[in-house]
Amino acid sequence: MEKLIQQPPVDNGQSDLATRELDAMCVNESQVQRPWWDNLKYSAWGVLFGIVFFKAEIISWFRIQEMFRFESFHMYGVIGTAVMVGLISVQLIKRLGIKTIQGETVVIPDKTFNKGQIYGGLLFGLGWAITGACPGPLFAQIGAGYSVIIVTFLSAWLGTYVYGVFREKLPH
Amino acid sequence: MLETLKQPWSWYAAGILIGLTVPFLLLVGNKTFGISSSLRHLCAACIPGDVKFFKYDWKKEAWNLFFVGGIAVGAFLAATFLSDPNPIVLAEPTQEYLASKGITDTSHLLPEEIFSWEQLFTIRGLIFFVIGGFLVGFGTRWAGGCTSGHAIMGLSSLQWPSLVATVMFMVGGIIMTWFILPFLLTL
Repeated sequence: MEKLIQQPPVDNGQSDLATRELDAMCVNESQVQRPWWDNLKYSAWGVLFGIVFFKAEIISWFRIQEMFRFESFHMYGVIGTAVMVGLISVQLIKRLGIKTIQGETVVIPDKTFNKGQIYGGLLFGLGWAITGACPGPLFAQIGAGYSVIIVTFLSAWLGTYVYGVFREKLPH
Repeated sequence: MLETLKQPWSWYAAGILIGLTVPFLLLVGNKTFGISSSLRHLCAACIPGDVKFFKYDWKKEAWNLFFVGGIAVGAFLAATFLSDPNPIVLAEPTQEYLASKGITDTSHLLPEEIFSWEQLFTIRGLIFFVIGGFLVGFGTRWAGGCTSGHAIMGLSSLQWPSLVATVMFMVGGIIMTWFILPFLLTL
């Protein structure tokens, strides 16, 4: 097992990758260079994702209320199924050594524990119950025509910026 | 067929599709799933200033912005072509509770009584848009991820720090819903 999780290359902590990796979830230094339009495949999946978000009412403030009030199984079902499918997929990729379509070894960086996961997680939870949206649904709500959510989005953007400014002073 | 698609989709259909995002991103581009990072890349792209946290080549993470752009487009398409004209079906206790707080309009996915432009310059607007949004942006970055990065990607790859984060998301949400929102909804 331990050999199967590949570590990203070690560097001196000053490189571009090291900065991007700070508290990041989706950082990966693929060695394969691709043109910009190659990114449209992510857009295509995003479109599908947005449709699901809307149709399964995941972007609904009401559904999040039900979830935190423990009065509906819906959101637990969504997240639970997603984790099961993700877990099985990751295990299959690791155990069968499945490569990416470019032939690279799949790399899943390890997450290291820091106190931010406690304090930040708590703050995000508070915000999630107020807005009824995590970052993904914010984009979907705006796309679905709830134009006032642009304000929530700008505020979330500001929150991320303020975090970046005070990052060194916060406990981690 | 179209009529079926217009009905609200089940939790398992949604869960399977969202879960499949994990292998899709891994196999198509060696990317790990996470959405809140898009907010950081937008900072790096637009307002890096002199902040080390935002001084990196955001173009290398541009896929994430293409992905969230797709989410907005997908939601637009669904709202335009697959919208269900019926009001959202809520669990009865939730509906009764919200009605007791004056939230009765279930014709949209978000309650009109809170999430409308008329509310923007009220105390409600300040709480639900400005403070709520700020907590989402600040909290996810401090935690290093949101529901997608921690709860789905992190748990899928058996990362225990992600379990800590996910538990804290729930703790925060439960505290807000049970102890603070009942007051905020009366404002």
